[in-house]
Amino acid sequence: MLKLRDVNTFYGNIQALKNVNMEISEGEIITLIGANGAGKTTTLMSISGIIPPRSGEILFMDRPITGMRPDGIVSLGICQVPEGRHIFPYLTVLENLDMGAFLRTDKAEIKKDRQYMFDLFPILAERRHQPGGTLSGGEQQMLAISRALMSRPRLLLMDEPSLGLAPLIVKQIFEIIKKINTENNTTIFLVEQNANLALQVAHRGYVMENGRTTLTDSATNLLTDEKVKKAYLGM
Amino acid sequence: MDYFLELFLGGLTRGSIYALIALGYTMVYGIIELINFAHGEIYMIGAFTALIVAGVLTFWGFNHIAILLLASIIAVIYSAAYGFTVEKVAYKPLRHAPRLSPLISAIGMSIFLQNYVLLAQTSDFLPFPSLIPDFKFLEPYSHLIRPPELVILLTTAVSMLLLTLLIRFTRIGKAMRATAQDRNMAMLVGINVDRIISITFIIGSALAAIGGILIASHIGMINFYIGFIAGIKAFTAAVLGGIGSIPGAVLGGLVLGWTESFATGYVSSDYEDVFAFALLVLILIFRPAGILGRSTIQKV
Repeated sequence: MLKLRDVNTFYGNIQALKNVNMEISEGEIITLIGANGAGKTTTLMSISGIIPPRSGEILFMDRPITGMRPDGIVSLGICQVPEGRHIFPYLTVLENLDMGAFLRTDKAEIKKDRQYMFDLFPILAERRHQPGGTLSGGEQQMLAISRALMSRPRLLLMDEPSLGLAPLIVKQIFEIIKKINTENNTTIFLVEQNANLALQVAHRGYVMENGRTTLTDSATNLLTDEKVKKAYLGM
Repeated sequence: MDYFLELFLGGLTRGSIYALIALGYTMVYGIIELINFAHGEIYMIGAFTALIVAGVLTFWGFNHIAILLLASIIAVIYSAAYGFTVEKVAYKPLRHAPRLSPLISAIGMSIFLQNYVLLAQTSDFLPFPSLIPDFKFLEPYSHLIRPPELVILLTTAVSMLLLTLLIRFTRIGKAMRATAQDRNMAMLVGINVDRIISITFIIGSALAAIGGILIASHIGMINFYIGFIAGIKAFTAAVLGGIGSIPGAVLGGLVLGWTESFATGYVSSDYEDVFAFALLVLILIFRPAGILGRSTIQKV
């Protein structure tokens, strides 16, 4: 479904991604784990077209998307829940959800999806007229995921959904991630620092170090890999 | 009491014009954090376009109302095209440059447009036809408010109402707010941010052009420099109200208009700017973000 071929991305003169190769099949949950500054977020931003790669190729459904505008990439069905959630602070919960469906025109279906989000996260229905900025961290994460789902993505990119949240909320969020994957057959690309948790829901994983992918395997194998255990699982 | 009311209405009229122009500053600032110094020039170009179109139409023998409407429509479209082009030429290539660069570019654009009109037209003051008809029903109140003032008040009120509805309820309006609040995230939900920025410039320029036509037919004189003065005043109004805030721009314009009007009426017209800017300094001391400006609060 998504292929990265020798992707090199730069911030000015600093190279953040070095010949990154990755492949994600439809229906998978893939996780990308690595230390701070390894290039995980940059990988997602390169896919979304916010920081276009300087060289290399990104293919989505065998179609090159390198150099496309971010809104064009969203319209193909790639949506991102960025790190830090980035809720529009002065838009209400409802308006935030509407923004997620910005490129859609099927009003009746949008309404149905909105209801689906409220069933998924009942607290959002309660707060529907509240500005997004007044929500708690966990509620904002729920809203961020719902907003992304409103675009009916085929591939959902998630950046650190567990960041700064209470363990109970994290558990809830990860259950939803699994649910989205199995119920809607949405492919999920999950970037996480909490490697243990990520590898438990993912099918496969990539390990990233200093802008390179150094290891890839099934999630179960990565969980028992000595190097991964030592470096990322704290065992 | 009548004198007070006269000054009040005079200030309201003046303030509405400031508010119309201030909206353009504040909307652009809200979206790309740029003080568009060329904005005053768009207002001036609006007035000039209306003058030229009105001249041609008078020559062709159109009646007053037709001239007023046609000249306004053409001037608004022409100015909006100018605003759109200015953004594409002077600001878009500098989108990722340090913040000082587009600011300098804006000042350059302002000077360029002033001198372009100076060369293409003239440096003299040109008489602007009074396009606004006399309303019979207003005659008993002519000591308080005259037809041009009434038209200015009504047009501004309608423009602002339409703008508010657009921003609050339409898809484009919501996208504009989203872009202003978090540009990268707006891109990530599929908003074409370049288009939203263009639309913002177009709307701001159209409002400035409306202001330009109204004030020109009220005062009856224009030259290439009117945009600079009006631009500074409207910028002051936008800062006073809280730059980036749309209701703030309106409030700031009105407060500035009243201050000037009352200073002129009760003290002396020489002191209107002294009072206006003293007020600006005072408000910024006690509310640095402006009257309705918000210092960013955001839960993380």
